[in-house]
Amino acid sequence: MPRPPIFLEKRGYRQRRMMDAVRLLPFLGLMLWMVPLLWPVPEILPDATLEPSEPTIAMSVALRYLFGVWALLILATWALWRRTRDVASDGGADTKDGPR
Amino acid sequence: MVSLNQLVAVCLMYVAGLFIVAFAAERAALRGQGGWLLRSPLVYTLSLSIYCTAWTFYGAVGYAARSGLEYVTIYLGPSLVMIGWWWGLRRLVRIGRSHRVTSIADLISSRYGKSNTLAIVVTVMAVIGVTPYIALQLQSVILSLSIFAAPDVPLAEAGGDVINRGQAALWVAAGLTLFTVLFGTRNLNVNERHHGVVIAIAVEAVVKLLALVAVGIYVIWGLAGGLGETLARIDASAIGQWEVQGSRWAALTVLSGAALLCLPRMFQVMVVENDDERQLQIASWAFPLYLMLMSLFVVPIAVVGLDLMPEGANPDLFVLSLPLSQGQNGLAMLSFLGGFSSATSMVIVATLALSTMVSNHIVMPIWLALRRDGATQSGDVRNIVILARRLSIFCVVGLGYLYYRASGGSGALAAIGTISFGGVAQFLPAMLGGVLWRGATRAGALCGLGTGFVLWVFTMLLPSFGADVALSSATLESGLWGLAWLRPEALFGIAGIDPTVHAVVWSLALNTLVFVVVSLFSFPAPLERLQGAQFVNVFDHSGPARGWTASVAGSEDLMIMAQRILGAREAQAFFTREAERQGQGQRLPEPTPRFVQALERELAASVGAATAHAMVAQIVGGASVSVQDLLAVADESAQMLEYSSQLETKSRELTETAAQLRAANEKLTQLSLQKDSFLSQISHELRTPMTSIRSFSEILRDAPGLTDADKNRYATIIHSETIRLTRLLDDLLDLSVLENGQVTLNQREGKLRDLLDLAVTTAQAGATRPLKVLRDPQAEDITLTSDLDRLVQVFINLVTNARKYCAADQPQLVISAQVTAQGLVIDFVDNGHGIDAGSEALIFEKFSRITGEGDGAGLGLAICREIMCRLGGEISFLGNVPGTAFRVQLPQSVLTPPAKDTGPVVGPVVGADTRS
Repeated sequence: MPRPPIFLEKRGYRQRRMMDAVRLLPFLGLMLWMVPLLWPVPEILPDATLEPSEPTIAMSVALRYLFGVWALLILATWALWRRTRDVASDGGADTKDGPR
Repeated sequence: MVSLNQLVAVCLMYVAGLFIVAFAAERAALRGQGGWLLRSPLVYTLSLSIYCTAWTFYGAVGYAARSGLEYVTIYLGPSLVMIGWWWGLRRLVRIGRSHRVTSIADLISSRYGKSNTLAIVVTVMAVIGVTPYIALQLQSVILSLSIFAAPDVPLAEAGGDVINRGQAALWVAAGLTLFTVLFGTRNLNVNERHHGVVIAIAVEAVVKLLALVAVGIYVIWGLAGGLGETLARIDASAIGQWEVQGSRWAALTVLSGAALLCLPRMFQVMVVENDDERQLQIASWAFPLYLMLMSLFVVPIAVVGLDLMPEGANPDLFVLSLPLSQGQNGLAMLSFLGGFSSATSMVIVATLALSTMVSNHIVMPIWLALRRDGATQSGDVRNIVILARRLSIFCVVGLGYLYYRASGGSGALAAIGTISFGGVAQFLPAMLGGVLWRGATRAGALCGLGTGFVLWVFTMLLPSFGADVALSSATLESGLWGLAWLRPEALFGIAGIDPTVHAVVWSLALNTLVFVVVSLFSFPAPLERLQGAQFVNVFDHSGPARGWTASVAGSEDLMIMAQRILGAREAQAFFTREAERQGQGQRLPEPTPRFVQALERELAASVGAATAHAMVAQIVGGASVSVQDLLAVADESAQMLEYSSQLETKSRELTETAAQLRAANEKLTQLSLQKDSFLSQISHELRTPMTSIRSFSEILRDAPGLTDADKNRYATIIHSETIRLTRLLDDLLDLSVLENGQVTLNQREGKLRDLLDLAVTTAQAGATRPLKVLRDPQAEDITLTSDLDRLVQVFINLVTNARKYCAADQPQLVISAQVTAQGLVIDFVDNGHGIDAGSEALIFEKFSRITGEGDGAGLGLAICREIMCRLGGEISFLGNVPGTAFRVQLPQSVLTPPAKDTGPVVGPVVGADTRS
């Protein structure tokens, strides 16, 4: 297999990095959306009385966070699509990939 | 207030409108117009929205009202899958296109060696998994209808007296079936694509989004009084706090992501109806956007609904009941249409996808198996396929209706949806494993699917009917057959997990584990391995799977069959195209493997890979070459090759042996001849002296009165004859010893001159007629190492011959010696008349005497030749010299003195054996 040239055209290089971003974006989304796992959950057990001072995440905050991430991901995907639509749909992008 | 009849009328009008849109789209597609719209990414994205069913439309609000933000996981999973399109969907879509996959069952069966067993298993699982989902849609439509029928009655008491729910459900089911049949099975599409349906779904997607957004905007700005107000109300409400369990959050996200890939209807719109990877790329952001918009207003509606609606109102219907309670009939109508759209689009596509699977993988194989006479002789296959599809649609919707009736229309919408998701998610390991891992095998897929399915039924589906319906409460409490580790909601004794999480984790984990382990330890069939390689490396080569050798298959037969499945016009167009590609002009194309391959794919698009394979196999018949056959053939030919090469070797050996035998035989014959002639010669030689000895001894004995002189003379004759006999026998003995190689050479060193002196003196002794011998003593000053006695014997013989047979008046012999590169050469040339050319070849033979004269036995030269041969030299007759000339050659080795330590050499010297 011939080694790809070391110095690549800047545009081609940038496009490959954009494809990297396309690949990595779902993992970013997964991480951000799994953040709620860390949020405190009020005890449901009957004997445990909820401390009034115990901080819980308000619904509006949760809503803003989740939908904010959502909007961010959509924007990012859209932007990446704008940058990579010619590369990715060639179908050969994955095989002609340069160094990651 | 909208009456029920008005509502039904609006619904019918809406459906009619959809029908017109779909019909127009079909017509446009047939005429090749409007391709830009049909293939536009927008329509593709909107068609994906069948993910959002009535469960989304109504159920999400109810879900939010019950468990807060948990509902959003159902959309987070699919959003992630879409954003990560590069990893999974792109591959699926490419495989779907290059292998003309018609359904998820087709994909899985195709991947695992076109196994129909697997296709049937997947189909059955899909039907069972999706049935609750279809029931869910029926339920939501009925619920929404009943709300309109009795808006003021709390849902708990609603129904019954107002509308007959069972009947209504039946009507709705019938209507949906009719719609699906009309659209989905009007004809057999080459690509299994339904442009009309897709366009109708896209329209419905817009309607439901608009409806939900409209209700949301009305709720936020019309009822709650603005965004800030709404958020404040949300925080103050019963669901104002984050209270989602982490395990449920993660499990449901994974489950919904899996369901997006595995739901038959999603597979249909996402993979089968896909034209272009660009569509997928755009959908990667457009579809999450759609999902976000669909779920954006869910919490506000739920919160405001909880606030405004009376206690006990079904939160699943807030989308509808909120505007209705506020007198917004138009908005309520739009909302109703949105929900109706959600339900209908889902049912249509789901039943379409399922009916394709059922007819391709269950009905058609059975029908083909029953009709042994084959696809060419029987009736129009297309009609059978379409009929099978229609029946399958009836069955699927019917099953959904039965489930609805059986479950009594109870339970929250979300719970039913989750069960369905859990069922279809069981395809995920087999599907993704098959697409990403070449080691996945059919056995692994079957075992994994089976394990996952059984666990899903046991832990999720059966408990969902409630205690004592499908599973007794004893089983629920203490496990199957009283085994505590078999409790449906606490497998292996691990209790305390949320039932949904429990079911999802156990079924998917064990499914994957069994799939991987069985795959690791089973061995795939060759076809399976080929398909696996093609699926996994779909981006490297999208080539055909494996070849047909269809030389026997008539193109006409294929044409007839193709016409019945594809339709006459399409089939003819396909055949013409192929013929042109082959350069056959207007004739039928040659049934090349490539052509038959292409045809099989075309057929596969209509009836599924396994069925198409079987049909082509029926026509191509015995000439079909599967990989197994090829391997078997390869094995056989390898064996035959080996066998024939063995045979070849053997026959070569035999030929060689035969040649050797022949040569040996020839030699033996010659030897026998030689022996015969030798014996006759020797008896002749012995007889001559014996005869004279006998006659003279008889004279001596019988004749009386012989004088002493006579007696003396006769006795002398007898004596001389005896001597001659003795000499003859001596010579024979000598020759025999030489010929048998038993002679012991006595190597000594000496001067050539001395040897010649000895030979000449010996030969001349007692000669009556002296021979003049001319020699060059200078040249003879050569030291030799050889058996000198034998050598002298040769010389004596030659000189004696010259003396005896030289016919010249002044006989003389010239002996000249010279050292050449080859060795020592000694010529004996006399001035006689030589030997005729014809006799030259014979002079060295035994008993050959040129003339009758002389008393020799004719063994002298034969003995000389044998001696020279033993000494490593040669004696030859020189024909091109006047007189008789013999040349004695000795090898170079005689000129070098022997090494001191070797002593007397016993046996032939170097090169002595060259003649034997």
